[in-house]
Amino acid sequence: MTRLSELFQRKKERVLNVYCTAGYPELESTLPVMHALAAGGADIIELGMPYSDPLADGPVIQASGARALRNGMSIGKLFEQLASLRPALDVPVVLMGYLNPLLQYGFEAFCAKARACGVDGLIIPDIPLHAYEREYKAIVERHGLDFIFLVTPETSEARVRDLDAASSGFLYAVSSSSVTGSAKDFSPVEEYLARLEELRLRNPVLVGFGIHDKATFDAACRHARGAIIGSAYIRALYEPELIQEATATFLAGILREEKR
Amino acid sequence: MKAQSLNITPNPDAQGYYGRFGGAYVPEMLHRNVEELRTRYVEILEDQSFRKEMDALLRDYVGRPTPLYYAARLSSKLGTNIYLKREDLCHTGAHKINNTIGQILLAQRLQKTRIIAETGAGQHGVATATVCALMGMECVVYMGEKDIQRQAPNVARMRMLGATVVPATSGSKTLKDATNEAIRDWINHPNDTHYIIGSVVGPHPYPDLVARFQSVISAEMRSQLEEHTGSELPTHVVACVGGGSNAAGAFYHFIAEPSVDLVAVEAAGLGVDSGKSAATTRLGTEGILHGSRSLLMQTADGQVVEPHSISAGLDYPGIGPMHAHLFESGRGRFESATDEEALQASFEVARLEGIIPALETGHAFAVLPRLGLTQSDRVVVCLSGRGDKDLATYMERMSDF
Repeated sequence: MTRLSELFQRKKERVLNVYCTAGYPELESTLPVMHALAAGGADIIELGMPYSDPLADGPVIQASGARALRNGMSIGKLFEQLASLRPALDVPVVLMGYLNPLLQYGFEAFCAKARACGVDGLIIPDIPLHAYEREYKAIVERHGLDFIFLVTPETSEARVRDLDAASSGFLYAVSSSSVTGSAKDFSPVEEYLARLEELRLRNPVLVGFGIHDKATFDAACRHARGAIIGSAYIRALYEPELIQEATATFLAGILREEKR
Repeated sequence: MKAQSLNITPNPDAQGYYGRFGGAYVPEMLHRNVEELRTRYVEILEDQSFRKEMDALLRDYVGRPTPLYYAARLSSKLGTNIYLKREDLCHTGAHKINNTIGQILLAQRLQKTRIIAETGAGQHGVATATVCALMGMECVVYMGEKDIQRQAPNVARMRMLGATVVPATSGSKTLKDATNEAIRDWINHPNDTHYIIGSVVGPHPYPDLVARFQSVISAEMRSQLEEHTGSELPTHVVACVGGGSNAAGAFYHFIAEPSVDLVAVEAAGLGVDSGKSAATTRLGTEGILHGSRSLLMQTADGQVVEPHSISAGLDYPGIGPMHAHLFESGRGRFESATDEEALQASFEVARLEGIIPALETGHAFAVLPRLGLTQSDRVVVCLSGRGDKDLATYMERMSDF
């Protein structure tokens, strides 16, 4: 059983996935940030691989990626850092990034190395479904990685089902058609999530984009298995010296009520 | 090589591939918009009322057909026959408006009410702001913060035409980042907005869509050449290439004619090996940028590199997938010209022919002496734009030429 499916079997609600950028705020912050997230109660860590042209990211995550690249982050460096990921850390880890750097590294070599480091799944938003099925699916599956697709409020029901069928681990529901970090009124999002809920999809659904505090996390969790927080956490991480404290405070704020 | 090139068509396959280049590598947030375009563009473009409306605007508003002019003094100097396709005489001063006229009519038929665009030097931004004013549509143009400072007159033109110019402050703050910002805007406005991309780049169907709108250039060349020479076919077509829209238009109706030498001229900047260049086919490797697979200037880690050219219109780290395929198949001949060579050629054309070309077009002129042209050749140069926008650069260097 994969770490992701084990998690979703064990935890039926309020699954918290937190995004962080590899090599941010400092080059060697990657593992300390991940350990702080696990200690603070994150259930999944989505580790972003910085790219010069991140089309689907808003300004906060873009800026963190640009800083990570200036710090010297690269896929090769990331795998050096992740060599000591397991067994020290046991939360599921999903790598998020764009296709171009993976092609330059070699897609198959990338999957093999990710797997060897104990990575559980991939989110590559600019691999569309038809290209995935034609060129990449066999490789991803050969290396035992989960592959997570995004769905949006604009995605038709038939296409949601196709994307659900092609995904494993979980399905990433973009809460509004927007780049990450845009905060908007949450009530249309709840309607959308209720619609998704009725489809009774085979994968658990996590909600991302616009989840930035306890209220939005709670609202997302009313209709989905959990949610993904990105920009809000990156903003909280600004001071490299305070990774532990900043992460603990941030996560405590989101998860407050759970500690009964 | 010639036998192979017979199989090359100007259009991609159903998935948007030219050979192995092209496709639509877009996140799910863009799927619906790109899919709507993909499924509808051919039907709309082939519709009679669309054609009629577009042709009328191209004639009465843009000023088409643009002349094909025999450049006698330049021809005599080079010992050959040079014809200039005068896209500089289009309304707004460059070929860019051929595409924006087509795309604004397409946007209307898709019931869009808001237009976004990216721009580098500002020519495509001005052409987009122009057609938006014409049609009474909201217009937002993304432009790199650095380019806004470098191209103040075009920024003023766009604003006078009623467009909002938004600085792209991410990344290198130039054309590639303006394109990223425009795509992000489209993601954030999935219902009411059409993105008028300015070159033969981006996810399928954009490269084909823009090439079709620019193909009027080579369609006119054929009939005009026949009037001039008795034959529709030149021996060479020469055009500059950044993303490659004027070259795509100038080559389009000659791609299936193996006797025509298609010469694409990239910007070598300070020199191909200087580290300050935009010669993508020389320096690029296969990769994905702005939603399509093509050749791309990048680091070994797959991070996109910032190019350099004296001409903002050629200052792009990629090249359209159609051109990548022309390059790889050998059907196109790819040359490059440095900043200095382009400047020199622009001054020469100004003094020999009384035409001040855009710096972009200066690159196309710069390679002519290297092509081994003879008295029996008939060479068409796509004079993609006029040089008014480059006057500041030309004035700085006036005493050197």
